[in-house]
Amino acid sequence: MLRRETPYVLLVSTILATVQPALAAEPDAARRSQLRELVREDCGSCHGMTLKGGLGPALRPADLAGKHPELLKTIILEGVPGTPMPPWRRFLSEDEARYIAVELKKGMSDETD
Amino acid sequence: MKPIKTYIALLAVIFAAACAGGRTTATQPTTSPVLRGTGDLGVVIERATGSVLIVETTRRTTLARVEGLGDLSHASLNFSRDARYAYVYGRDGGLTKIDLLEARIVKRIIQGGNSIGGAISQDGRLIAVSNYEPGGVRVFDADSLEMLADIPAVSADGKASKTVGLVDLPGNRFAYSLYDAGEIWVADLSDPRNPVVQKFADAGKLPYDALITPDGRFYVAGLFGEDGMSMVDLWHDQPRVTRVLHKYGKGEQKLPVYKMPHLEGWALTGRYSFVPGVGRHEVVVVDNETWQEVRRIPVKGQPVFVSARPDGRQVWVNFAFPDYDTVQVLDVPSMKIVKELHPGKAVLHMEFTPRGDEVWISARDANKVVVYRTDDFRKVTELEAEKPSGIFFTPRAHRIGM
Repeated sequence: MLRRETPYVLLVSTILATVQPALAAEPDAARRSQLRELVREDCGSCHGMTLKGGLGPALRPADLAGKHPELLKTIILEGVPGTPMPPWRRFLSEDEARYIAVELKKGMSDETD
Repeated sequence: MKPIKTYIALLAVIFAAACAGGRTTATQPTTSPVLRGTGDLGVVIERATGSVLIVETTRRTTLARVEGLGDLSHASLNFSRDARYAYVYGRDGGLTKIDLLEARIVKRIIQGGNSIGGAISQDGRLIAVSNYEPGGVRVFDADSLEMLADIPAVSADGKASKTVGLVDLPGNRFAYSLYDAGEIWVADLSDPRNPVVQKFADAGKLPYDALITPDGRFYVAGLFGEDGMSMVDLWHDQPRVTRVLHKYGKGEQKLPVYKMPHLEGWALTGRYSFVPGVGRHEVVVVDNETWQEVRRIPVKGQPVFVSARPDGRQVWVNFAFPDYDTVQVLDVPSMKIVKELHPGKAVLHMEFTPRGDEVWISARDANKVVVYRTDDFRKVTELEAEKPSGIFFTPRAHRIGM
């Protein structure tokens, strides 16, 4: 059974991977929750858990004023050379990075500073 | 007789509640402290809830939870020289003094906007705190937390810097690094209200953390913006900055760093020291005499903490995202990885018991602290904790740079 299924699964995931970028869909609810956790905990190790900055800059809406979500998305995916900001492309799709960028602009911290 | 019995029963209940690790709130100590020493006590930071656990390592239990410490998303602490109090530095600029025996906050102030760490002076009378916002170092009376000195970190070009790698030095001095300006400063607080600052320029690009060797002699700053580390020999008549390990990784493509390494505690093991590579999935072995790279040991990911067991026979390593479910153990004589452990997702810190028979490891996303033996790597027990990060045991009270 397993042997016969494997190529099929591979084929489907290949198609999905090809199609996905064109869809520009928002991540589903479960993934959105994971992404929020990622921002809080892992981005938080440099930007602060409440995103008010640490070794890296603050990422609250006021701090990001004038920065287009597409620019933020690119920074998330590609990093900023010459600074500690690493590229997250290995872990995030375009849609996921865009979702984070848009949410950061709206305010992702649970706290009201 | 009956009222007395009831009274005794009531007392027993209160005592049991206090001992069983029931929530002890910050403001209301429920009983007078149990008569005991503090040499086997410790503090576990609960980063998301602004609370800490007071633990003991003899029976491996949680004694109490203290709440109300503010934003502890990045936190560290020092112990008073009598190992009764802990000074906790939080992300919100909070400086909180905790009584380990009474399990309560003695005093709490907001000293800055965004602090990164602190240090206690050799005589135990001064607490220094380094800040991201505003940059610089502030010094407080360890008893009253009254501010005694405010030392802005403004470099020669007039720019304010974030301060990192703050450590204590013999003689009531503190050393720290200016992240933005790339300088190392040594502040002499012999006269606490009139600090004298010695500045070392050209200390390298983007020093991200630093350490002091246990003898108080070498201050070493890790650099993110260039290869190698900056070092000051503080025993020298005319101390100056030199580069060490500057050939390490020269010209090689760096890997992305998803969390900065911490240099707290030089992993000193006899002749060799072990330091995290930056942007490389390696632990670098350094000869303590020559400061030359001896070899590199490939490891699972970007090392965060590289910690020697107190006897120096083993070095334990944890990692940055995405490899942070793993801990690897290096055997020092053979310089080989002898064990890989998976305590839970998001291992943030490791702390050895005073003589190194056991190690406590915090697994943030697993909401637990896992205790292992260090000889046969057997899991001894687990303690529940809410998003635990740093673990600190009181023997730090008696060591330079801890």
